[in-house]
Amino acid sequence: MANRTLASRRQTVIAIFLVIGFIYLVRLFYIQVVDKSYTLSANNNVLRYVTQYPARGLIYDRHGTLLVYNEAVYDLMVLPKQVKDIDTVEFCRLLEITPEGFAERMEKAVTYSRYKPSLFEKQISKETYGYLEEKMYRFPGFFVQPRTIRFYPKPIGAHLFGYVGEVTQGMIDKNPYYKSGDYIGISGIEKSYEEVLRGIKGMKIKMVDVHNREVGSFQEGRFDSAAIMGEDLYLSIDAELQEYGEQLMKGKMGSVVAIEPSTGEILAFLSSPSYDPNLLVGRVRSKNYRMLSEDAVKPLLNRAMAGTYPPGSTFKMVNDLVGLQEGLLDLHTRYSCQGKTSSPIRCTHTHQSPLGVLTAIEQSCNPFHWQVFRTIITSGGHGGIRNNYVAWRNHVMSLGFGQKLGTDLQFELSGNIPSAEKFDGIYGKGHWNALTIRSLSIGQGEILVTPLQLANSAAVMANRGYYIVPHVVKGIGEKHRKPANFKKMVSTIDKEHFEIIVDGMRQVATMGTARWFQIDSVTMCGKTGTAENPHGDDHSLFMAFAPADNPKIAIAVIVENAGFGSTTALPIASLLIEKYIKRKVLRKDVEEDMLNKKLY
Amino acid sequence: MRERRNLFSNIDVTLVVLYLVMVLLGWVNIYAAVYDEDHRSIIDISQSYGKQMIFIVSSLFIALVILLTDARFFSTFAYAIYGLTIFLLLVVLAVGSEVSGSKSWFHIGSFGFQPAEFAKFATALALARFFSAQHINFKDFRTRFLPLVLMGLPAALILLQNDTGSALVYSSFILVLYRMGLSGNYLLAGALVVVIALSTLMVGPIYVVVLITLMAGILFFFIKRNRRNIINLIAILLLGIGFTYSVEYAVENVLGEHQKTRINVLLGKEMDLKGAGYNVNQSKIAIGSGGFAGKGFLNGTQTKYNFVPEQSTDFIFCTVGEEWGFLGSLVVISLFISLLIRIILLAERQRSDFSKVYGYGVAGIIFFHFMINIGMTIGLVPVIGIPLPFFSYGGSSLWAFTILLFIFIKQDANRNALL
Repeated sequence: MANRTLASRRQTVIAIFLVIGFIYLVRLFYIQVVDKSYTLSANNNVLRYVTQYPARGLIYDRHGTLLVYNEAVYDLMVLPKQVKDIDTVEFCRLLEITPEGFAERMEKAVTYSRYKPSLFEKQISKETYGYLEEKMYRFPGFFVQPRTIRFYPKPIGAHLFGYVGEVTQGMIDKNPYYKSGDYIGISGIEKSYEEVLRGIKGMKIKMVDVHNREVGSFQEGRFDSAAIMGEDLYLSIDAELQEYGEQLMKGKMGSVVAIEPSTGEILAFLSSPSYDPNLLVGRVRSKNYRMLSEDAVKPLLNRAMAGTYPPGSTFKMVNDLVGLQEGLLDLHTRYSCQGKTSSPIRCTHTHQSPLGVLTAIEQSCNPFHWQVFRTIITSGGHGGIRNNYVAWRNHVMSLGFGQKLGTDLQFELSGNIPSAEKFDGIYGKGHWNALTIRSLSIGQGEILVTPLQLANSAAVMANRGYYIVPHVVKGIGEKHRKPANFKKMVSTIDKEHFEIIVDGMRQVATMGTARWFQIDSVTMCGKTGTAENPHGDDHSLFMAFAPADNPKIAIAVIVENAGFGSTTALPIASLLIEKYIKRKVLRKDVEEDMLNKKLY
Repeated sequence: MRERRNLFSNIDVTLVVLYLVMVLLGWVNIYAAVYDEDHRSIIDISQSYGKQMIFIVSSLFIALVILLTDARFFSTFAYAIYGLTIFLLLVVLAVGSEVSGSKSWFHIGSFGFQPAEFAKFATALALARFFSAQHINFKDFRTRFLPLVLMGLPAALILLQNDTGSALVYSSFILVLYRMGLSGNYLLAGALVVVIALSTLMVGPIYVVVLITLMAGILFFFIKRNRRNIINLIAILLLGIGFTYSVEYAVENVLGEHQKTRINVLLGKEMDLKGAGYNVNQSKIAIGSGGFAGKGFLNGTQTKYNFVPEQSTDFIFCTVGEEWGFLGSLVVISLFISLLIRIILLAERQRSDFSKVYGYGVAGIIFFHFMINIGMTIGLVPVIGIPLPFFSYGGSSLWAFTILLFIFIKQDANRNALL
């Protein structure tokens, strides 16, 4: 009896087995089928989304010489969630950072996100990467991401290329394309062609094991996207000319801009003092940037577009052009010059008197041009002094002065051709006249131009009346796609008047202030300028184009505090023209003089 | 001679087939858990799956030896075998080597050997011998006390080796005692103890005390209100309240920080995904991410890439859950429940008390491992490191379970022999 009762206990035992089995199956059904969060966690465990950074497009000069390319570096990334039990001391030793630096970086990363990778140490060297890669398994939570940084085979074109830096939070907020850690062009071509150069970011989904070692790609890379390299740029810059210009400008402050008149293509674009663009790359960038920005001679300043100078005598032809167009000046017009005793502006040269416009340009006669200017302002046909001034100003601005030219480079200044309102403000309306603003007649006073504008005005002269908006990029990508349409800007002055002025500029080079620097078999048309400068010695200026009848190059050279235009800016410009047109310089004495000239 | 000819025909094919299926599934899952591109062959003996194959083959050999041994050998030498394992447990305490905190291994060459695994079937044999040889009367002190000594001695020695999990396995013999006549109230009391302990930890002692008092109050109206019942009720109530506070006290003051955290993590009171909760969390992620049909053979990422610890031993079920999904889990759980029920049914048909008691011992041990091991991988019981029978990687464990099961199969095959 007792045994049979006890035998029935097997049912209880079996029931216990079944109940436990059932509970476990319900639980398994719940976590495996109902609750999807485990799948997500599993993916977070093993999947690592690695941004594939594209290399930026390469940059070539007009002849296909490679000027800017990329080098591989490695960013050390950290995923704070996975960092545990690492040998901090050894890690710091490998990276050559202090334990405090480690804590600081870690804290920054954690503040950003515990679950998303963030930059721990940027651009570690290949050697450090080598050491680290071997020991990576001992530092769970850390991994490296290959990046590229710029490299410049020739140390030229710093202001032209600009530089690349990491995006700031402000940039990220403004443009959602950018994510923390991305690179972006900060200035120069890198900035203005950022969207072309940057390429398209890709994404790789990798699987990692618990020790953070990569074990393969997710689903054979089905969801991966490759990074697409940025498009290459083909510049209008002539690398040899650029390099030669930078050599000639060594030890001098100032700028050189050369333009191909028929196309508006910039051939050389430099500001001096300059710096090796390789200094503003990678880990050394911020240190060097600070050093350069503290330098008294301001190597970071792009004088070619952001430097403004009084044009001095190089502006005289502009007055002549307005006079010719307004019918107040012709080839027969004669004005007298009393040389040093002239009033209100004295002449600095010795020449015949009275004289016509060609000789006045050739000899850079101040009194002649003052009288042309006075006639325009006083006797013009626009109804009063003020209106005549407004008409004068409109003509001047049609040559590209007093406004941004709209090039494909960043941070251009507009210079200054003062408005009538401005003079109203200074002197009171109706209380100013030609005499009050007489300095304008010789390119002094309130007038300011950038070297780019000056070169552009030389291109206008070369083209006899128009310019194409200057630009540095000729073609984009494999097919040399045209960049934006650079407009042809026609001046308000007729072509025939330019012919007269060009004749005058030709005489400058053959008989006038530039006669000592003629180039064998190349006729240059130019004009020197010696601009008074309230801050120190006169600036030396020269603007020119050549050859006279089929212009290939228009150029402006400004050398700060170098005195007469004919002693520094002119020889440099003539050497550059020779270099560009003849591809080599024969006047070695002139070259040597200029290379050795140190002004600061 | 007639007996011997019938030897294999009397073997319970169901149990043998279930055993073979589970061992093979275990092997395949060990292969998947530690699969290594460089060692693709499942029989590569430099890898754990290759070694497991050796364990399986040797287990089959051991099974054959057991089947060829006279069934009476085990009942005759039950105490001797028990005595030998107790001796081994003592020796291992003295000269054994430590593996992950437990001093429970003999190392002979590259092979390790864990006497605790073998003490299980030895204890089952001893208990079977005890209950078959004596007139059983649970009112008798000897009947109550001696089995506790038989169970407690190896458990205590294993506890001294610092292998709590294996020691807890001995509590599974309560099934044997129950079957042999121990009052069901002990099972109930045991269940109640677990419930009270867990709810105390989860909601705090005050609520539990209020609840117990309330239930006692309700019971008061349903029982015959004679003097004895009332005294019993009050005694149980006081015991319950006392127990509630001792649990609270034990957790706060007796248990180490480490055990306390484990309990809190299990109860969901604490999220410690890097420390104590890491294993369970990763294990749940692995199983949970398997979905309904699983990721497919060798496609599991969580176990293979070592997110789950001990993925071929204690956490082998994760591979099943991840690669074979809910369907795979269903198959494995069904296999275990079928095996357990089959053992119970076979035990009940035994004419000898020895075989019957031994059968219950086998079922209890396997059930305890099954419940604790799978329970911990899905976060229902605390992490206690004991293997999943027949599945987990390891020679000692597989041999011990094979011996455990095949002694029963042998006893069953021999059930018609004269006592």
